[in-house]
Amino acid sequence: MDDLVWIFANASVINNFTLAYFLGLCPFFGVTNRIETAFRLGLANLFVLVITSLSATLLDRYVLVHAPYLQLISYIVVIAGTVQFVEMAIKKLSPALFRALGIFLPLITTNCAILGLALFQSSKGYGLVQGLVYATGAGAGLTLAMVIMAGLREEIELAPISKLLRGVALNFFVAGVLSLAFMGFAGLFAKG
Amino acid sequence: MSQDNGPSPWTVLAAGLWRENPIFALVIGLCPTMAVTNTVTNALVMGVATLVVLVGSSTLVSALRKVTPGPVRITIYIIIIATFVSAVDWALAALLPAAHKQLGAFISLIVVNCIILGRAEAFAARNAVWPAVLDALGMSLGFTLAMLMISAPREILGSGTLLGHPLFGPRFEPWVIMVLPPGGFLTMATELAILAWWRQRLAARRAPAEAT
Repeated sequence: MDDLVWIFANASVINNFTLAYFLGLCPFFGVTNRIETAFRLGLANLFVLVITSLSATLLDRYVLVHAPYLQLISYIVVIAGTVQFVEMAIKKLSPALFRALGIFLPLITTNCAILGLALFQSSKGYGLVQGLVYATGAGAGLTLAMVIMAGLREEIELAPISKLLRGVALNFFVAGVLSLAFMGFAGLFAKG
Repeated sequence: MSQDNGPSPWTVLAAGLWRENPIFALVIGLCPTMAVTNTVTNALVMGVATLVVLVGSSTLVSALRKVTPGPVRITIYIIIIATFVSAVDWALAALLPAAHKQLGAFISLIVVNCIILGRAEAFAARNAVWPAVLDALGMSLGFTLAMLMISAPREILGSGTLLGHPLFGPRFEPWVIMVLPPGGFLTMATELAILAWWRQRLAARRAPAEAT
């Protein structure tokens, strides 16, 4: 039990996927101009992460033991399939959200956080439940980072800042400071 | 060299190096750029691995462009890329086990590097094999150049070394934050700001010249 709590905390804040592992930077910089959109893309990512974790565990157990060299190819095909499914579901359920997310929805396929999760969980040797907790933690962390970033950017929009810094450079400065802040979680749940 | 109406080979090669540099101009492929630039060695190995994958997959995508059905092309590209990445991954594990261990999952993550899929879709699928190879070379060299530009200050300031050789005397106090994740963001931010300033100056200098 304690173990699962630690896995969750580790994936969500201590080693936040975006701010400590640099995974999923494209949507982190791309869709964080409004909190609402950032939050929803975060949830879509979380969903894909959980499904991917489940499929990766099954693949590991039944297919990849026989053919380890197929790891990357089989993971990426499963991820692409899941994303396609999520895309169709969102288009059906919420056309407005579908338009707001735009190109970043199909791009979840090439979001390194998803493939990264599958690879990390397999190299850490997590089982089914641990994998699912890890995926939920990672998704929560991703959403958290994106929402905080979006909130900061909404405020910065109104601040008087040199024109030179505006845009990409400023986003990177903000991300750097956020990443510094998340380093403060490093000692959390440390044993002893 | 050629009679066709396309841009000259040199232009294609040079575009990726500077004008359309994937990192500094297009700002894509950020994950590996931030993650493996804590030492120059890592950045170099990553650059070479990406070069092999990009040139290989661009060649194949371009060679198969006439027989690739439109609706499933992205899936085909991904499978081609994943095949090359698997090969590079296993080759590195055999040839440079230490570097492979350092880079960890980030070699596998070349699959989802937007630069590679982006070049397949935007260039290789629409051009003959030879220009596609040149474009891939230019883009991956530009990518490597950018990673070197980010990793050099990070390694020098963060651990006081360059390519593993100590630069300063024993009195040097390493600026550890530079090799940690925040350092990556801050270095990138600083370099982007400097570039923006430089472009603005160039534009300002050119404007009066054109006015006269």
